[in-house]
Formats: sequence, structure tokens, C-alpha cells
Amino acid sequence: MAYSDKVIQHYEKPNNVGNFGTTAEVKQRKDVGVGIVGAPECGDVMQLQIKVDDQGNIEDARFKCFGCGSAIASSSLATEWLKGRTVDEGLQIKNTQIVEELSLPPVKIHCSVLAEDAIHAAIADYKKKNGIEN
Amino acid sequence: MTLKLPIYMDHAATTPCDPRVVEAMLPYFTEKFGNPGSRNHSFGWEAEDAVDNARRQVASLIGADRKEIIFTSGSTESNNLAIKGAANMYQKAGPGEGKPRGHIITEIIEHKAVLDPCKRLEKEGFDVTYLEPGPDGVITRAMVESAMRDDTILVTIMWANNEIGVISEIPEIGKLCHEKNVVFHTDATQWVGKAPTDVNADNIDLLSMSGHKIYGPKGVGALYVRRRRPRIRLVALQEGGGQERGFRSGTLNVTGVVGLGKACELCAAEMDSERDRLLALRKKIEDKVVSELDVVQVNGHPERRMPHLTNISFGFVEGESLMMATKEIAMSSGSACTSASLEPSYVLKGLGVGDDLAHSSLRISLGRWTTEEEVDYAADKIVEAVRKLRDLSPLYDMHKEGIDVSKIEWQAH
Repeated sequence: MAYSDKVIQHYEKPNNVGNFGTTAEVKQRKDVGVGIVGAPECGDVMQLQIKVDDQGNIEDARFKCFGCGSAIASSSLATEWLKGRTVDEGLQIKNTQIVEELSLPPVKIHCSVLAEDAIHAAIADYKKKNGIEN
Repeated sequence: MTLKLPIYMDHAATTPCDPRVVEAMLPYFTEKFGNPGSRNHSFGWEAEDAVDNARRQVASLIGADRKEIIFTSGSTESNNLAIKGAANMYQKAGPGEGKPRGHIITEIIEHKAVLDPCKRLEKEGFDVTYLEPGPDGVITRAMVESAMRDDTILVTIMWANNEIGVISEIPEIGKLCHEKNVVFHTDATQWVGKAPTDVNADNIDLLSMSGHKIYGPKGVGALYVRRRRPRIRLVALQEGGGQERGFRSGTLNVTGVVGLGKACELCAAEMDSERDRLLALRKKIEDKVVSELDVVQVNGHPERRMPHLTNISFGFVEGESLMMATKEIAMSSGSACTSASLEPSYVLKGLGVGDDLAHSSLRISLGRWTTEEEVDYAADKIVEAVRKLRDLSPLYDMHKEGIDVSKIEWQAH
């Protein structure tokens, strides 16, 4: 599999790896939205966490990923793009933009779809915790 | 000595040609180019002598008579000829007679070059039983015995598995087949040249082998076909000039055959010392990885395995990213992710290895020129890569928090 330089850069030095606490801790935190998507038997699990301030701005984002190089790069890129956006702006990130930015080949498009799903799941979790209607 | 990168640790896929093999082959490209079928001049005789010599070298490695060696293009062809050829020769009824044509026994973790011919025969009216090994991957005599039927005509079980290196009970299964008058074929591609083989003591009727797995050239292999007690007959797949006693028409690949012969001679001479050396190196990798990491498993039977091959699963890391993190080492991944499908290895699944572990497996296979320095480097690199990926893995976090990852309801996508 030939990866693009950008995928390799993200893979070698991923941005914003980590979390804002254990699974039990982040469940309690209203300022943190958590999205976990994928399945181990499919070879990809992506966990995305966003930390949102009082104004609804995503001030920080962290990820962890079990998956191939493209999945790691897609989630690393997603955290980068999320930071500084409002929650609703976060929803504007599309998988096609990730494909374009990382030059993902057709067999790896599902990695970008997974990243978009993770963003939506994390934002939905944040909104649910804070009683915000979609 | 400085280490040369990348390091080749995929000898179960193919091996480099031994320079002594190449040297033996060279004259047969240019000055000794004759067709062994040319009976009327010295060019033909010279080529025929070379083929005879190679036949003797191959036969000697497996304890056969040289007349029992049929040269082919490799193990895939040998397997096809053995399985389809024996089924069609020993069938209980012909196609279109509307009766069962006969029963064949094989196993689910065979190479595709055995499974696909069996599936073809199934479509053509034969019954096939696919035995399932236990978690250790070994097919025993008892398993074959319990699947035997009155109409069983052929048993085909591989000697050593190509993904996990596990060794089945071949001499015992052969004995059973001979007691029951059933033809016994073994795909010995990963076994021959690396461990002692005696087709008579081991009760084998048909044996497939390949040149490029034993430091010979690609595109050449052999099928051993027993001539006495019992004499095995086959329906040929390829017809024409009647070469190879009619089993396999077509002008012989003389250069390849000479290379295969030489490769067999070298394996016979160096087998014993090589086996001990490779086993020590393999154990070094396994010990290092198992002692430094948690949630790892060496797949297959602990002892009944080839000395040069190991297959290790690492929990909570994904196979393709593991290959990427260890890109200086050429190995195989247990996951077929790289081939654009999301299916984990059917061999590991066949052993009951969970999908999550099957996705994150490495097959490491050592060879004639693998050094201890390379093994140390590879083991360190693998440990480092697994640690790095586990730092990234949400599943490893959950595991450490005491969450059973297998109990979570994942949303498959």
C-alpha cells in the first residue's frame, strides 16, 4: 500500500493523541463529548473527544485510534480541524475534504467516513449531555 | 557489522535463490540449451542427463525413486494435478451418471491451491469433507479416521501450514490411508527441504513441493507419484508430447529443473544444522516479544511447528498499522486488509482465533541467511511498534480500565 506523504506525516507524528480522562470520567463531564465508532472485527475503532467551552467553541480535541495508517491520519486530521470551531461548524467537516487533504486511495475512503462519523458522534454526545436540540 | 535494511523475514512466501543454485543453472541457458526430448543428438542427451541428475537429487531428498518425480511449474500445479488427477482416476462413478463420484477429505486451513481444486471437484459431483483442526492447528489421524467413509477415495492434508507452521500427523494419516486403500496426498511445500522426509516410511502416495521455497528458482516444482505398493495413477491435466511419463506434457524447464535439483541437494546437506540454528532464532523472537508485551499469543501448537516460522497475534493493535510501524522488516500480516478486503486470515479464524487478534498478527519466517543481529533488531522493533500503537489504541485503554472489549456492542460498518 503506497501512502501519501501527508498520511505518513500524521501516522509518524499524530496530533492530539489522548483523552480527557478515563471512560468513566468523561461520561460524567458535561464539557466533553465522546464519539466511538467502528468495530474491532472490521479493523478500525476510532475514539474522538471534544472539549467545549461555555460559548460552544471546541477548545480542544483528542483522539485514539485502532486502525490502519489512513484511519490514524484521518482521526489526527479531524482533531486538528475541529479545534477552534464551534460545535455546529464541526458538523460541516465532510469525509470528502479528508479524502482530498490526505489523498486517500479508494480502498481507504471508509477511514474518512469513519472520521466524519466520529465527529458527529462526539458532537451528538456533547449536545445530549447538555440538553441541546439538534 | 552494520545491519542492512530492509530485513527479509518472509521466507514462507519465497526465498532468494542460493548462488550455488544459480551457478548450477547458468550453463543450461546458453551452451547446454538442448531439449531433453531430442533423442538424436548430443544437445538433447546433455539436457536429458541434467534432468536425470536433478530427478535423482529431488528423489534423494524425500526418499523416493527418481522415476517417481514429475516436474511441474510449482506447488499449485502439483496440487491441482494430484487432487484432480487422483479424483478423476479413482472416481466411483463418472460425471453425468447421476451417482456420487466419491468422497475426498481435506481441511479448512489448507492453502487455496488445495481448497480451490477441492471446491471445483465438489461442483463436479464429488463429496468433500473439510476437517476443522482444534486451536493448535494440528490435523490428527483420529480426525481423518472419523471422517472416513466407504466411498472415500482421496485424503489431502498439508504437512506444515504456510501461515502458522503447524505440523500435522502426516506419517500416521498416511498409515491410516494405506490401511484403508485410500490415496494420500500431502502439500509439503513448507516442509520439504526443512525437515527429514521419507515417502516410504511416511506412507505418502502423492507429495507436492516447490523450488522457490527452498532457495531454488520460481516457476518449478515437483510432484512425487508413488509407483509401487500401491502404484498411483492420475488423469493428466495437460496433454501433448507425453513428457513426464504422460503425467505432464510440455518441454521441461531444464534450467529450473537443474536449479530445483541443486536446491534439494543443498537442503539435504544443510538441513540438520539449519534446523537447530533457525529454531534458536525463532525462539529468541518469540521469547522477547512474549516477555516484554502483554496480550500476545503465539498461534498454533507450541511444539509441533516448523523451526523457521512463527505467527504472533498482538491484542489491541491493527495489522496494517503494525506493518507500517515495522516497515524495515519484510513480514506478512495475518490480516488481508492490505489486499483491500477486510477479512482477517481464514487460517487464524479456522483455529478459532478471534477476529480482533486475527487482524493483528504477524507471520515471521526466517531463512538461510537470517542473522542473530537481524533477529534482535526485528524483535526490538516489533516490541517498540506494538507499544507505540497501543499508546494510540482506544481498545488498549479500555482493556487497562478493565472493560471487556469483546463484550461491547460495536456498530459494524
